[in-house]
Amino acid sequence: MDLVEQVKSRVEAAIAGSRLEIVPNDSPSGQRSLLVDAEHGVAVAKFLRYDMELRLDYCSNVTGVDWPEAEVSQKVKVKKVVEGVEKEVEEIKKTKRPGFLEAVYHLYSMEKKHGPVIIRMRTEDRAERNHLPSLMPVWRSAEFQEREIYDLYGIVFEGHGDLRRILMWDEFKDHPMRKDYREPDDYEYEPTPHDEVLEKAKQHASQEAAP
Amino acid sequence: MLGEGIIKGMAETARNFVGSYHDPERMTTVQYPEDKIAAKENARNFPFLVFDGDDAMKGLRCVACQICEKECPPKCIYIIKDTVKKPDYMGKMQVQAKRFDIDISVCMSCQICVEVCPFEAIKMDTEFELSSTDRFGGLLLDKHQLAKSNEYYQKIHPTEATEVDTRLAEEKAKAEAKAKADAEAKAKVAAAKLASPSQSPPPKA
Amino acid sequence: MSDAIIEPEVKEPETQVVSPPEGAGEVNYTILPKPDSSGELLEVAMGPQHPSTHGVFRMDVVLDGERIVKLKPVFGYLHRNHEKIAENTTYLGSMPYTDRLDYLCSMTNNWGYALSVEKLAGLQPPERAEYLRIITAELTRLVNHTCLVGFLLQDMGALGTPLMYAFRQRELILDLFESLSGSRMMCNYMRFGGCRVDLPAGWLEQAKKVTNDFPRFFDEFEKLLSENEILVARTQGVGVLTADLAINAGITGPMLRASGVNYDIRKVDKYGIYERFNFRVPLGDHGDVFDRYMIRVLEMRESLKILGDALRDIPAGPIMDPKAKIRGFRPKAGEAYGRIEGPKGELGFYLISDGSPNPYRYRVRPPSLINLTLLEDMCLGLTVADAVIILGSVDIVLGEVDR
Repeated sequence: MDLVEQVKSRVEAAIAGSRLEIVPNDSPSGQRSLLVDAEHGVAVAKFLRYDMELRLDYCSNVTGVDWPEAEVSQKVKVKKVVEGVEKEVEEIKKTKRPGFLEAVYHLYSMEKKHGPVIIRMRTEDRAERNHLPSLMPVWRSAEFQEREIYDLYGIVFEGHGDLRRILMWDEFKDHPMRKDYREPDDYEYEPTPHDEVLEKAKQHASQEAAP
Repeated sequence: MLGEGIIKGMAETARNFVGSYHDPERMTTVQYPEDKIAAKENARNFPFLVFDGDDAMKGLRCVACQICEKECPPKCIYIIKDTVKKPDYMGKMQVQAKRFDIDISVCMSCQICVEVCPFEAIKMDTEFELSSTDRFGGLLLDKHQLAKSNEYYQKIHPTEATEVDTRLAEEKAKAEAKAKADAEAKAKVAAAKLASPSQSPPPKA
Repeated sequence: MSDAIIEPEVKEPETQVVSPPEGAGEVNYTILPKPDSSGELLEVAMGPQHPSTHGVFRMDVVLDGERIVKLKPVFGYLHRNHEKIAENTTYLGSMPYTDRLDYLCSMTNNWGYALSVEKLAGLQPPERAEYLRIITAELTRLVNHTCLVGFLLQDMGALGTPLMYAFRQRELILDLFESLSGSRMMCNYMRFGGCRVDLPAGWLEQAKKVTNDFPRFFDEFEKLLSENEILVARTQGVGVLTADLAINAGITGPMLRASGVNYDIRKVDKYGIYERFNFRVPLGDHGDVFDRYMIRVLEMRESLKILGDALRDIPAGPIMDPKAKIRGFRPKAGEAYGRIEGPKGELGFYLISDGSPNPYRYRVRPPSLINLTLLEDMCLGLTVADAVIILGSVDIVLGEVDR
């Protein structure tokens, strides 16, 4: 869609120093998104909201996504000596992509009735450096949704103003939607436990038997 | 006049009140459990296993393929395959289930198991008065409690059951016709061999 | 401290200081404001077990006499982590769980999810399926709005009479759903690429009868209520929401249109085959509770128009896309966001797929949760009774707020 490239060029022209990247999307929906760097997040958001042509005044959806550390395999052309002749051979190279958390914003315009423009912001890692600027001062609809992302994923939004847990109770410790979350295994009664439920129940029983 | 709107509203209420004594449209209460509303034909409550014929265990259509177990969203079905095979409605020996449990305290009546079953073995029942006083295992139905006859299925879902029966009868007829054609072809080849033994092909080098 | 005089400890009304999470920065976390009246403020939890809070929903209100000074909504009592369950289930297996999100409107929830998956996988439902989807969605809109009208009036103290009249009509529609999909509320009817099962014999006639009887119910209802002085006095001017604030806070659905903003996703996105139907979008002037109530009544009349046309024009044909698969459905890696105009607002589903049978990320954009953002802004300075009515007009269902 032309909309994504146009938005990218306008934003990069208007806000000095911002770096945007178009994230591809291979599925038939064709909704490509813009990766915004975290320092210019609020400035980009303000521009998107107040720009005369875009007028994206409605932030519809704020989502958190967890990308744990993964191995990415790529086919690389490498020059190798095969049977005495130097040839270019395709090899599979595996690289480790570090883990990060991500916040995805879907923006629409109620005034001009167009959209969606999708922007993403990524944290640096999943442990300590998980801060992102909050876009709540720009769009108030992000208030509850960013609280939910903090609650379930652990991304700390700076500048939010009221960042507490929203769905879990306040004293809860972990972040349930992360991929490495281990749920507590206090089953009351399982009539026919099998597979993983059986394993967990056995572990729990042995823990209870031993102090 | 202040209060006119309220009085108009009360006239409406009075009309409903008086009407409920003689107008059937306004008498909407059914005194359950003395009177029951008849279930709609497509209503679904909990699954049951269909068996053909008289013997529940011998006539079960289920072949323990475990597709329903995999597709069930809350994973309430538990199947253990048996080592002994039994003949199915077409006469072929099929695997059967040694244990087929459905935990109806977990089942959410979504009907996905019915949709994915390739053998028309599991269908939805309309009975919902299944409460039990036993908290642990009282709502766990096993193979014997789940097996209900094809006549019962015809009674509760007539259109669906007739459609299933016609399809199964057609498949059986086709299979029988194919078996007969195969047998005839074999008989012809055997007869041809007997008639001219010199025409047998030479052995391969 | 001398032990002769012991000062009584004066407890500050600011009892709810929440400690900031680690690394959150310099933000002020005191929830309560400093009181400027000389009396004490009363903190009341309109707690999770309450007949007027539409489910397990808590409002921590701070009262100065009878006026509300601060209001914080607390929810999460019905949190079942539907999004995580969906990451461990196939795409089809999540469909029955979407019924249980907004449990009054299960058909539109199903449609939202089916639409998003069809965007992700590139499936196109045939025409008869599109007509069936519109018919069931508009019937669901009728179901939801009758529920809302009944419950709002009950919150105002009408003790169940209008509620039971509304539910009498709702039962007729639920009977239609039962004969179509098998279950009254948890329908599980849509599939990716069409609908699960076709109409049984006699359903169209029954549906036409129900649709033709509905205007009589509306007229009866309006005679009962719309000139009622108590209703007018309690709802006009209460809970005013301006258009700018509503757009910024992401409010959608009848609440937004009551504030005067013309944004109906059926007209903007033109999903399904809504373009073929001629219906109007009612807009409100003031944005108060009375406008929201009347908008929903008018929307019900527009739904009847759509239903009349759809029931007349439905073509014969297949109901599933031939490319769609029931088992072994693996869409290509990518993401999609699909949204529909549910009866409560914009219901959106955001799906990220990585080529496996389970989704990588499954997110529900709940209209009820987003519409609650401005609950405090609407209730400040009003009484507790008004807060109950304003909450009733926001139209929340906790299954969707908490998921």
